[in-house]
Amino acid sequence: MQGKRYLPVGILFCVIVVIQLLTTLFHVEYFLTQLTMSAYYTLTALGLCMLMGYTGQISLGQAGFFALGGYVSASLTTLDFSPLRDKGIVLFFERISFLQTADNIYGDEILFLNPWIAFAAAVLLTAGIAFVIGIPVLKLKGHYLAMATLGFSIIIYRIVLGTRFLGEADGISSVPSFRLLPGLHVNGDFSARAGNFYIAWVIVIIGLVLLLNLINSRAGRALRYIHGNEKAAGAMGVNTARYKLTVFIISALFASIGGFFLTHYNGGIGPSEAGVMKSVRYVAIVAVGGMANLWGTLIMGTLLNFLSLRGVFGSFDDAVFGGILIIIMIFAPEGIIRPALFRFLMDKVRKRRRAGASS
Amino acid sequence: MGSELIIQYIFSGITVGSIYAVVAIGFNIIYNATGIINFAQGEFVMLGGMTAYSLSLVMPLLPAVVIAVVITAGVGSLVEIVFIRSLKRPSVIGMIIVTIGLSIIIREIALHIWDEQIRALPFFTGTEISSITVLGAHISPQVLWVLGITGLIVAGLSFFFSYTLTGQAMRACANNRTAAGLCGIKTRSMVNLAFILSAGIGALAGCVTSPLTQTSYSMGSDLAIKGFTVAILGGLGNSTGAVAAGLLLGLLEAFSISLIPMAYQDVISIAILLIILLSKPSGLFGSRQAAALMEY
Repeated sequence: MQGKRYLPVGILFCVIVVIQLLTTLFHVEYFLTQLTMSAYYTLTALGLCMLMGYTGQISLGQAGFFALGGYVSASLTTLDFSPLRDKGIVLFFERISFLQTADNIYGDEILFLNPWIAFAAAVLLTAGIAFVIGIPVLKLKGHYLAMATLGFSIIIYRIVLGTRFLGEADGISSVPSFRLLPGLHVNGDFSARAGNFYIAWVIVIIGLVLLLNLINSRAGRALRYIHGNEKAAGAMGVNTARYKLTVFIISALFASIGGFFLTHYNGGIGPSEAGVMKSVRYVAIVAVGGMANLWGTLIMGTLLNFLSLRGVFGSFDDAVFGGILIIIMIFAPEGIIRPALFRFLMDKVRKRRRAGASS
Repeated sequence: MGSELIIQYIFSGITVGSIYAVVAIGFNIIYNATGIINFAQGEFVMLGGMTAYSLSLVMPLLPAVVIAVVITAGVGSLVEIVFIRSLKRPSVIGMIIVTIGLSIIIREIALHIWDEQIRALPFFTGTEISSITVLGAHISPQVLWVLGITGLIVAGLSFFFSYTLTGQAMRACANNRTAAGLCGIKTRSMVNLAFILSAGIGALAGCVTSPLTQTSYSMGSDLAIKGFTVAILGGLGNSTGAVAAGLLLGLLEAFSISLIPMAYQDVISIAILLIILLSKPSGLFGSRQAAALMEY
C-alpha cells in the first residue's frame, strides 16, 4: 500500500528530471523559469484542493494568503538596518546572523533581515490569521463562506494597494535572494535557473506527500466524511469544526509558502497577486483538476499556469479561466483528470482495434 | 462640519446607497427564485451603462436607455437558458463557480467590445456643472434622477410582487417550487423571468448613475460585493430591508470619507459584510428564530 502511494511521486520526480534534461538538450532553458513559477502557484492550488475538494469548503481567499506570505517577507527583507549599525542590538543580531549584508545596485552595503526569519514570520502570521478568521468564517456555508473569504482577500488587496510601506500599486521590488542551504539560493539569476527549478519542485513534492499522507489517514477519512455530510460526521463524533479549521490553516500555509518562495524567486511582488482574479484562478485549477484530486490539481495547475505565464492566452488570459469554470461545472463537474477519462480513452482504443480486426 | 456639507454628504450617500440597493434587489430576485447568488449581478449594471453609452452616440438618450435595458434583460435571460438551466445536479459550490465564471466572461467580452476606457452617459437634464440648491447644498439634477428612478423601481417591484398574478406566481415559486409547479405555475419561465427582471433593473440603474459615477468594464465586481453586503445587511431575499440597508451603507461610506483615507474606503463595507455575516447572518431586520431554521 505504502509503495503504491509513493510510486506516482517517484514517477513525478523522474518526469521533473527528464523535463530539466530536455530543456537543456533543446536549448529552451527559459521554459524552466515559467515552470518554476507554476510550481509555486501549483503549491497554492494544492492547498486549496485539500480545502475545497476534500473538505468541501469553498475559499475565494487563497490569493490573499499567497500575498500575505509574499508581502511579509518582501517588506521585512527590504528594510535596511545599516543606518542603525552603531546600536549594540543590531550588531548582536548581525553576529547571530539574524541580519545579513549584501551590496545594493549602487554598490553600497545594506543590512537586511535574514529571509529565514522572514519565513518564520510569514508562516506564523499566516497561521495566526487563518486561525483567527477561520474560527468564525468556517461556521458559514456555501455562498456566505464564498463571500466571507472573498471579503478577506479584498481587504488584503486594498490594504496592500493603499499602504505606502507595502509599495502601493508598485509593489515591492529588489527583494534579496533566499539562501536555503549553502550553495542553494532562491533567486532569479539565470545561472541558478536549474537549481531553482529543482528547489521549487522538491517543495511541491514535499507538500504533495504531506497531503497524500493526510488524505490517507484517519483525519483524511474524517474530512471526506465532512464533505459528504457534515451533520452526520458530527453525529458520529467527528469534531468537524476542528478538522475544518486545521485544513483551512494548512491550505493557507501552502499558499503563504508558495507566495514567500515566488517573491524571493521573482525578487518582488505586486498587488495583483492578491487580486480577486488570482483567487478565482486557483478555484478554476482545482475545479478543472477534479476537485478532490491532488494529482489532477497538480497537472492542471502546472499546465494552465505554464501556458498563462508563457502568454499563450494573450489578452484572453482571464477569460480562459472564467470559461474553464463554466465549462467544467456544466459538462464535467467531476473534472477532466479522472479514471473515467482513461476508461473512455481505453474504450475508444479497444473499439478501434476491434473494428480493425473485424474488417 | 457645516450644515451644507452635512447635507451634501447625505445626498451623495443616498445616491450611492440607492444604487447598492438596486443591485441588492437584483440579488434578492434571483435568490428568491433559484437559491443562487448571482455573482454576475454587477456585470449587468456595467453592461447597461456601456450599451446605453454606445447607443446614445447614434440616437437620443431615452430610446438608448430603453434599448440598453431591453438588451441587458435579454442577456440575463440568455444566461439563464444557456448556463443556469444546463447545470446538472447543481451543488452550491457549482452554482457559485458558474456565476463567478459568468461574471468574468461578461467582463472580458465587455473589455474586448469597449476597451478599458471609462465612459459616461450625458447628464439626463442639464450638464455636469448645473446644480440645484437644496437646503443650502448644491446637488446635481442627476441625483434627483437617480433617487426618482430607484424609487420607481422599488415601488414598481413591490406592486408587481403583491398585486399581479405573475408576481404572485413568482413568490409562490420562491416559497416552494414543487408546490408551485403542482399548482400549474411554469416554474422554469419564472426563473427565467427572475433573471430578466434582475438584469433589467440592474441595467437601468447602470444607466442613471453613469453620468455621476462613470462606467468602466471592471466596475461589476466591486458593485457586486457592495450589493451583496447590502443584501445580507437587509436580510437576504428581503427587498425593503435592502433599500434601508443600501441607504445605510451609502451614508456610512459618504461620512467615512472625512475620517478614513480614500484608499481604504472599500475596506469599510467589506468589514461590515464580514461582521454581519459572522454575527447576524439573518441581516439587521431578520428574525433570529427564522434564521435558526436556515442554513448559512
